[in-house]
Amino acid sequence: MTATIFTSVDASAKRSWLNLFGWAMALGVLAWAWQGTEMNPGALVANAGNMAELAGDFFPPAFGNLDRYIDQMLVTIQIAIWGTLLAIVLAIPCSLLSSENLVPWWVYQPMRRLMDACRAINELVFAMLFVVAVGLGPFAGTLALFVHTTGVLAKLFSEAVEASEAGPMEGIRVTGAGRMEEIVFGLIPQVLPLWISVSLYRFESNIRSATVLGMVGGGGIGVALWETMRGFQYAETATIMLVIIIAVTVLDMLSQTVRKRFI
Amino acid sequence: MSSVTIAVQRLSKTFGQTRVLENVGFDIHAGEMVALIGPSGSGKSTLLRHLVGLTTANRKADSHIRVMGRDIQRSGRLLRGSRTQRCRCGYIFQQFNLVGRLSVLTNVLVGRLGSMPRWRALLGRFSDEERAQARQALARVGLAELAEQRANTLSGGQMQRVAIARVLMQDADIILADEPIASLDPRSAREVMDILQRINREDGRTVLVSLHQVDYARRYCPRAIALKQGRLYYDGRTEGLTEARLQALYENAGFDESRQSAVPVTARVALGAAS
Repeated sequence: MTATIFTSVDASAKRSWLNLFGWAMALGVLAWAWQGTEMNPGALVANAGNMAELAGDFFPPAFGNLDRYIDQMLVTIQIAIWGTLLAIVLAIPCSLLSSENLVPWWVYQPMRRLMDACRAINELVFAMLFVVAVGLGPFAGTLALFVHTTGVLAKLFSEAVEASEAGPMEGIRVTGAGRMEEIVFGLIPQVLPLWISVSLYRFESNIRSATVLGMVGGGGIGVALWETMRGFQYAETATIMLVIIIAVTVLDMLSQTVRKRFI
Repeated sequence: MSSVTIAVQRLSKTFGQTRVLENVGFDIHAGEMVALIGPSGSGKSTLLRHLVGLTTANRKADSHIRVMGRDIQRSGRLLRGSRTQRCRCGYIFQQFNLVGRLSVLTNVLVGRLGSMPRWRALLGRFSDEERAQARQALARVGLAELAEQRANTLSGGQMQRVAIARVLMQDADIILADEPIASLDPRSAREVMDILQRINREDGRTVLVSLHQVDYARRYCPRAIALKQGRLYYDGRTEGLTEARLQALYENAGFDESRQSAVPVTARVALGAAS
């Protein structure tokens, strides 16, 4: 009896000590990162005048070139559409080949590392590389989105595959159907709703990403954004930002309504 | 007599340290309806899974499984063509294993995938004739009017009947059923067993069904094979399963087991009253 009480007191003391240590660690990390980022809230107050002046330059927005900006925004959306679509097409086989319930480790390990690499490097970096390869313009941007998004979607798709039930696939297998039929009839119906939802979400975020691809020569509205900012034409920049905000909001809403139908 | 359609010889299977099957062997003749009984963990499911090559036997043992005159596995290696062989062998699971988001009709049509041309199978282009056959199969299990519904809207008993329709669509000569009624209520269980019996009698299909409850074995199957701790304990006419033998079969089994099977008096009374 007494022995158990002692051990339980011991255990709870140990747990609270561990708890304390965990908090100390967390605070330590925060302090360390604060230092690294050169956080300086005072600068916000000290330079308030500068910021007010800069903000003032954005108003009133200049709507003279609105047509051009809307055209550029449409190109941006077109980049996102093809970048995402190509990525979905390639991510399907890649995700199946990186799912541990479908293929042996010597297939899924290399495939996963390849997808990690696609994901690890930002779209902007890929865009710079593709500008060198295929020249300035929206095609380079589309390819950049395509490669990066393939890495992202393959991971998310394969997570859905690994969370699927084995039973339905086994049910198809015992009828004598082949491996491909097993996937098409036993697996895809299970994961399709999630795949659609994830793809649409990725389309939304690709529109946001595509708005800056132009800064490195990847085409779309980013080109105009970069030019007006470098030329200190902030009234024009304000118009571009408005166009981006409206377009992104509308497409987010559209894609969400579509997404809701699949969940 | 009629020809041997399932032949199992010297089958042993070990999972890690656990010996699940030990030197099991038996023959089943075409057209028989055989019950496979035994307490939980006696190896019934593992045995059935071996017959379609979902599981392979121990490599070292000199095991051999033949189904309908063709080798499925020998010494723990699946043999070439065992996949096409599955087309001739229907399998029914305790958990039904339907594809919930597909329609009932598609779940039945899937039974034909293995014997269709590859491109039609992959695109799911079933012919009108195949669709008509699938509807016929559904009618035989009494679910013709549910063809267009999604499979996950059905009750357990209905799902199991769809699984049987899938086997009918396969045109399988042998039907292996792994605890097909274990998760069903008594009425659905009787319906499912009645359908299996009808397929056995009217179409002459061989049926091997593993059962939790001895009473169902007695009612539906002339022959029973019993496993105890992975070994063949009994193989013969179901009437030969005397109370003493059942006691011995289920001794040391869990409470659930003994209540359902080793003391079958109450269960049998309930069944008799309901039918």
